[in-house]
Order: sequence, then C-alpha cells, then structure tokens
Amino acid sequence: MQKLQGIAVSPGVVIGEAFVMDTEGYRVPRRFLARNAVDEELQRLERAFAAAAQEIEGHRDAVARELGQQYGAIFEAHLQMLRDAKLRAEVEQSIRERHYAPEYAVCRTLRRYAKVFQSLESGPMAERATDIFDIEKRLLRHLLGRRREGIAHLTSPSLILAHNLTPSETANLDRKYVRGFVTEMGGAGSHTAIVAEALEIPAVVGTGLFLSEITGGERVIIDGDQGLVIIQPDDETLNHYVRMVERRRTHALELETFRELPAETTDGVRIQLHGNIEFPHEVQHCLDRGADGIGLYRTEFLYLGAETEPDEEAQYQAYAGVAQAMSGRPVVIRTLDLGADKLTASQADTERNPFLGLRSIRLSLRNLPIFRTQLRAILRASVLGDVQVMFPLVSTMLELRQAKMVLADVMEDLEEHGLPFRRDVKVGMMVEVPSVVIMMDHFVEEVDFLSIGTNDLIQYALAVDRSNKDVSGLYTASDPSVLRLIEMAMQSSRQRQTPVNLCGQMSGSPTYTMLLLGLGLRQLSVTPAALPEIKRVIRSVTISQCEAVASRALTLENARDIKSYLKEELKKVLPDGGR
Amino acid sequence: MSEPRVVKTVVVTNPQGLHARPADMFVKLATRFESKVEIVKGHERVDGKSILGILTLAAAEGTTLSIEAAGPDAQAALDALVALVEHDFAENENIH
Repeated sequence: MQKLQGIAVSPGVVIGEAFVMDTEGYRVPRRFLARNAVDEELQRLERAFAAAAQEIEGHRDAVARELGQQYGAIFEAHLQMLRDAKLRAEVEQSIRERHYAPEYAVCRTLRRYAKVFQSLESGPMAERATDIFDIEKRLLRHLLGRRREGIAHLTSPSLILAHNLTPSETANLDRKYVRGFVTEMGGAGSHTAIVAEALEIPAVVGTGLFLSEITGGERVIIDGDQGLVIIQPDDETLNHYVRMVERRRTHALELETFRELPAETTDGVRIQLHGNIEFPHEVQHCLDRGADGIGLYRTEFLYLGAETEPDEEAQYQAYAGVAQAMSGRPVVIRTLDLGADKLTASQADTERNPFLGLRSIRLSLRNLPIFRTQLRAILRASVLGDVQVMFPLVSTMLELRQAKMVLADVMEDLEEHGLPFRRDVKVGMMVEVPSVVIMMDHFVEEVDFLSIGTNDLIQYALAVDRSNKDVSGLYTASDPSVLRLIEMAMQSSRQRQTPVNLCGQMSGSPTYTMLLLGLGLRQLSVTPAALPEIKRVIRSVTISQCEAVASRALTLENARDIKSYLKEELKKVLPDGGR
Repeated sequence: MSEPRVVKTVVVTNPQGLHARPADMFVKLATRFESKVEIVKGHERVDGKSILGILTLAAAEGTTLSIEAAGPDAQAALDALVALVEHDFAENENIH
C-alpha cells in the first residue's frame, strides 16, 4: 500500500483500476505474451531499439552540423544509455521469462532506473531520470506505433493517472469511462481540476512524482476530499473506503429531497442559486438539482476540445442548446477566458508571467475576429432565453468600454444581415482583479450585473499562483483581505443596486455560505454538485444570523481564525458541518 | 582457466562527478577491451560497460572508486580507464 498526498481539487471518493498514461499521454498496456510469440516480440523490440538509436543519431548529426561537434556530443551519452547492454538484457529477460509484452517490459525496466535516478536527491544525476523517460517515450512510440491508446478510447471504467494532462486531452477524454483523475503536476484551478469538477468525479493533483513506480492495472483509491491517493490499499483501508462510498450514496439521495425546494432562508429571503458549467451537458446536472439559472457558462472548452477553432455555427449550437434547456431561466455566458494555465504549454511558455499576461478579455480584444465570432454566436442565441454576456478579467474601464463597443458593433452587423437577437441583452463583467474592486463605483455605472470570481481575485489579491505547489498554501478564500474586497464590492454595488453574483470555488463551499449572505450576496453560482448542499445551508439560516457572522469574521486578522470561526458557526446550524 | 584480475583505486576529481558524459566516455573506452570491467563504490558494484549502472553510483567529486578488470587484456584496460578518470576525462578539451 502506498499513500500519496496531493491537492484535493474535485470532491468524492472512488475505487477503481489505474490507467497510467506514459510521458506522452498514452496508455501502456499491461499485456502478456503467448509462449510462442516471444521470438517474434523480441524481434519487434530489436527493431524498436534500432529505430530509436537511428533517431538519436539523426539528432546528433543534425546538431553537430549546425552547432559544431561538441554540441552533437551531448547526444552521445543518451545514445549510450539506449545501447546499454545490461538494459537490453533486462528487458529481454522479462519478455522471455515473464512473458511481458515488450511495451510493458520496456516501461517496467526503464522506470526502475528512473526511480533510482530520482532518488539521487541532488545534482545532475537526478536529471538523468528525464533521459530515461525520453528513451522510454522513443521506444514506446516505435513499439506501439499506431496502436497507441489515448484516453479518448477507453473501454472500461478507469482512474486516469498521469504526469500532467493537456487541456485537449482532458477535453477529449471519454466521459463514459473516466471515474477519477490523479496528476503529478498542477494545482487548484488547473484545467484538470475544472474538468473533473464538471464531470463530477474525484480528482487529486500535484502529488509529485510517483508514476515511475506503477504500471497500470493496480487498484487505486482516489479520495478527492482529502487529496489522498492510495495505491494497492490493504484490506482495512479498502473496507473503510467501501463503506464511505456507500454512505455518500445515501447522503446524495437525502440531498435530492431539496431539489424542488426554493433556496430560501428561514426568514424568507429568496437567494438565487445558480450553477457553473463548462460543457453543455452539465445543464442537466443543474436542472436535476433545481438550479435557478446558469451563473457562469465557461466557453473555453469549446476551443480547447476542438482541433480547430470552433466556428460561429458550432458555438451557436452549444449556446442555443443551453439557453433552450434552461427555458427562460438566466444563462450567463462568459466570453473566452483563455490564457495562462489553460493555454497549450508551448504558448504559455513564451510568457514569463502568464497570469499577468495576455489572457482572457485582453486576448479577445487583440484577436477581434475570434471575439466577434463568439459574440455573434451568443447574440444569436439570446432570443432563445435569458442569455446574458459577461466579460472576464476586466481590469480597467477602457477595456470594458472597448469590449462593449465590439459588442455594439456586432449587433449592428447582425441587424444589417437581418439576424434576430436581443438588443436588451444584459451585459456584465467579472470582478476578479483588485483594481476593479477599487474602481467599482465607476464600473457599476456601465454594467447590468457583476460577478465576483473569487479564484482569480484571491490569486491577484494575495499574489499567489494557485497552481504553484510551493506557494499554494498561501492561497485561501479565508484571508481577511479577500473578505474585505468582497465587502467593498458589495458596498459599491448598492449605489445603483447592481446585482452581484459570486462564482468561484468559494461559493461552492458550505463553510462560506453564511459569510457571503451576511456580506450581502443574494446570488451564488456554484459547481452543480454543490447545489444541494449550499441550498441546505441557505434553508437553515436567517439573514440576521449571517450578518452577525460576517461582521464578526471581518474583525478577525488572519485566515486560520476566520476559517475555523466560519466552520464553527456552520456547525451550529448544521451539526454535520455541511457534511 | 584463471584470467588475470587487477584492481586499482581512484578518486573522482572532476567537479561534476561521474555524470553522463564522463560515464559515456568510460563505457566507450571500457568496451574497447575484451576484459570484464566493474566499478565498486562502497557496497555497490556495477558493470563498467553499462552507462546506466555507472550513473546509478552517482559518484560525485571526491568519491573513491575501485576499478576492477578481469580478462586477457585486464591490465591494459585498467591502465587506460584509471588514466581516463585521473585526467578528469579530459573534459575541458572537449568543451572548449
């Protein structure tokens, strides 16, 4: 049994079979050979080694030609590793004696070496593990050829264990069979986290390196509440988790009874409780739990899931489907919020500081054709329901005005072409940059609604990259400065009675519900899975009770005190602490 | 048949230790000889013709190693390999 601690990013517990992705994101099949296939498979291995060696020689010669002999020599050691007679003998032995398929034999043998190198704490030796993974990758590419299996082609329920998942990998995975995620890299708010949440499956990220030790097929428990991953659990642990899974099923059934009941406090104040979605199919998750609307429809995965940029029609279909399914209830569509963590690695790498870089509305305003296409699609869908447009990451008044101008321009365009749309479509913006909170009195004059995005607001207020494992501990919604920013935003919004929503992970945690209501929020937008639980808290409190909690919390000076105070108060109204 | 078997102790003196390129050079030289070559560091013993084996020793600057050679050309192999280590793998010439 092996226990790993990572960052819990999507709640729930699941027990299942490990599906390990190789360094390039492909599955290594754990396959055994028939006795009479051994010779043939050894030949296949021989060819793979030869092809891989040829590749490296090619690189070496090309580099030597361009940069000089001494640079080409860098590849010599790499080549030497590939040609290591002992390595080859070990791989061949496990094929001959244990009847492992060559892919599996290569993977096991090389990972054993990688593990040794990784254990050599410091210096250039530890980096040799990278060389080993590179050799593994090359050999597997030749061995598997076209037979590589991606997670888009799962055939049975699996827990995905990977070093890291690219946005397109997560977006294209086969939803029918993925039951949980573990990634060595990443932090809260990474795209893996968002997708896992959207799929309502448990996920743990940022566990650190461990994949070199497992090969797939092992029994694994993912505890998405505690951020724990348990590989090959012992009987006691397994039984414990089996019982937990059972209890949760019962609890989920209990919560279903809240579905038809309004999100109303005991003193009769109706709270608008909306769902956050990423994929159109999640509308059903929201409807099943009685959501009052879609408070945040993220549109990024339309772009990331596709090979090419989605055209207007594809976008229109997605937006129209959601608008129709919600039959008149509000649907807030956020324009493209791509950038930083969600971009492909190569693009993100070119920015030294992607979270402060060209992302989101900034990216849209620089790529007007893409932006206009999206706005056209949203506007066309607006006649099908209460569709609203929201701009993300606005940081200055000028940006907001520019975005609104593009919108007005697109409206004119649609009018000229005689295409129907709602001219009175509501236009709002996200509040996620502290500058906006400070200048809020100006912003409220120009928008129909605001939505506080706590994930980014926290990261910008505290200067913490939530995906950086070394500092993610500083990232917390309980920080007093975050509370004050929300309070300031609420105060300014009263000037014109601008409706304020709060999305972001903070709104989906029962710990903060009383605080948020006490600060004046009357609309929350949460991940669909959290709808019943948050509704249960709302239905157990009075506004004056919440206001008392908020004013007390605002006097506290550090995140730890605030969090434990809020948890205590929640326990007073719900003895199980909101589960 | 008893083959000649020779041993000599050396200290790794190049600043980066026995990293990838020195290890590569060591293996390249060792494989020119017919004799079996082994490197011993403390309780660990690895094949001197296996770069992966050598790298797992993680022999940093200042590490004492025994080089053992056994076979028909054992003495020649040992002399050549000891010289390579003692001359810091002549790395400086390679780089500049």
